[in-house]
Amino acid sequence: MWRRLVGAQVRSQLQYRRSFALDAFGSFWISFVDFLIILTIFHNVSHLNAWNVHEVAFLYALSAITFALTDLFIGHLDQFPQLIRDGNFDIVLVRPRGTLFQVVAADFASRRLARVLQGVVVLVYALWSLTIHWTVWRVIVLLASLPSAVVIFSSIWVCGACIAFWTTDGGEFTNAFTYGGTTMAQYPFDIYATWLRRLLGFVIPLAFVCYFPALFVLGKPDPLGLPRVLDFVSPAVALAAAIVAGLVWRFAVRHYRSAGG
Amino acid sequence: MRLDWEIAKRGWGRYAAYPWATAAGVFTNTVFGFLYAYVLLAVYAHRTSVGGFDKADSVTYVWLAQSMIMTVYVFSWWELAWRIRDGSVATDLLRPLDPQRYWLAYDLGRAPYHFFFRGLPPFVFGALVFQLHYPTVLDAIAFVVSLVLAVVVSFGFRFIYNSVAFWLLDFRGVVTFSTSVVIFFSGMAIPLRYFPHTLRVVCYALPFASIIQTPVDVWLGKRTGLALLGFLVLQAFWAIALLGLGRILLGRATRKLVIQGG
Repeated sequence: MWRRLVGAQVRSQLQYRRSFALDAFGSFWISFVDFLIILTIFHNVSHLNAWNVHEVAFLYALSAITFALTDLFIGHLDQFPQLIRDGNFDIVLVRPRGTLFQVVAADFASRRLARVLQGVVVLVYALWSLTIHWTVWRVIVLLASLPSAVVIFSSIWVCGACIAFWTTDGGEFTNAFTYGGTTMAQYPFDIYATWLRRLLGFVIPLAFVCYFPALFVLGKPDPLGLPRVLDFVSPAVALAAAIVAGLVWRFAVRHYRSAGG
Repeated sequence: MRLDWEIAKRGWGRYAAYPWATAAGVFTNTVFGFLYAYVLLAVYAHRTSVGGFDKADSVTYVWLAQSMIMTVYVFSWWELAWRIRDGSVATDLLRPLDPQRYWLAYDLGRAPYHFFFRGLPPFVFGALVFQLHYPTVLDAIAFVVSLVLAVVVSFGFRFIYNSVAFWLLDFRGVVTFSTSVVIFFSGMAIPLRYFPHTLRVVCYALPFASIIQTPVDVWLGKRTGLALLGFLVLQAFWAIALLGLGRILLGRATRKLVIQGG
């Protein structure tokens, strides 16, 4: 079902080739700015705490790729307040499919693939310049971290979108945790103040997006001295985040009062 | 003048109508302020000065930039482009009022709202937590002048990239790309002072520096005497040049305009 819905959208978007190319070009550059910030910083210093430019590039790439994938699948939730305001969510409620599924599958913006590509370019650069001693476990942790990060970002996005059930013009609150979240995850967590790390790293589990898996893959000691078991728990954290997001969504839908007349 | 004032009031009112959107925006800017403040503080674990900015300068820069983000409207502005695309611009052109003047007045009404309600609160949060650099009375006055010029330069550029919609209906990519240019070359993303020397010199000459970096430099007291005057004149030059270019584009477009829709 999802494949048919998304396939139809991709085909229709590719009908307008020039539009698609220009959109993808714009998306590619705007996501590249975040990486230029990192390069500019490392033009002035060789390390941020104990992290060199290649290691931060690795963090950046993991955060950028997984966030871009999340954006590709459910970035449409940014327009969710509009759906509520227009009363069109009522249509979603009467159809015999899951509500969240319908809202999410309604838009698949292929141009956002350009952002994924931009992250992949940086990942290739990072892997090429780092000397990682690959072991089976490191490969497993790296591969497991990608879907985990997508699930964590998605859960944050869904919880944020639920705000729209109560106020339709507070959508930007979500940006602090989605766009703010990917920005935060691009840098080593030990540079942040303790209160910020606790709040955004653990209560909102952004530290599990790439900081802990990256520590393990790069074979770095944890500058924060936390238990090393945290390096492996990202999938479990992702599962917990997804359950919480599902419950929040169900709670919000049950309390929905239509704006439409 | 009376008309401009009425239009400006509408610009203010349009944004004042959504207090929750304002609160949400303040929250987001504050979160980003904290993130970038700690990132730049980590730079100063290894250095005492970067391009003439010390620790307090850089943290002040972060909060000023987050506070100015909406006042100078760094992000994508689409309103004119959408009106061109759906054909409403035809109605605008029929009115006995120039569209560029209309949108400029509207923007100059919008900017003070964003300054007071989107700009001041995040800065206060930043000031409560970090040691910031505050201007002298003279620099504060110069900052206000510089900020007004920054809004006009930003508007001039936004008007130009929106005008692209007269020729290109797939304008979304152009707008996104233009926004990324502003974010990086204005000093919004990272101070221009962190750039390698040659790039920095080039960037200071471009119009984008007038949008964020110049007002920040003025606030921090990095420009005094003739240099201060020189930078304000440069801002005024870019404001006039970009408005002029927008004017030419509008003139060309209206001569060959094909209206979309029936």
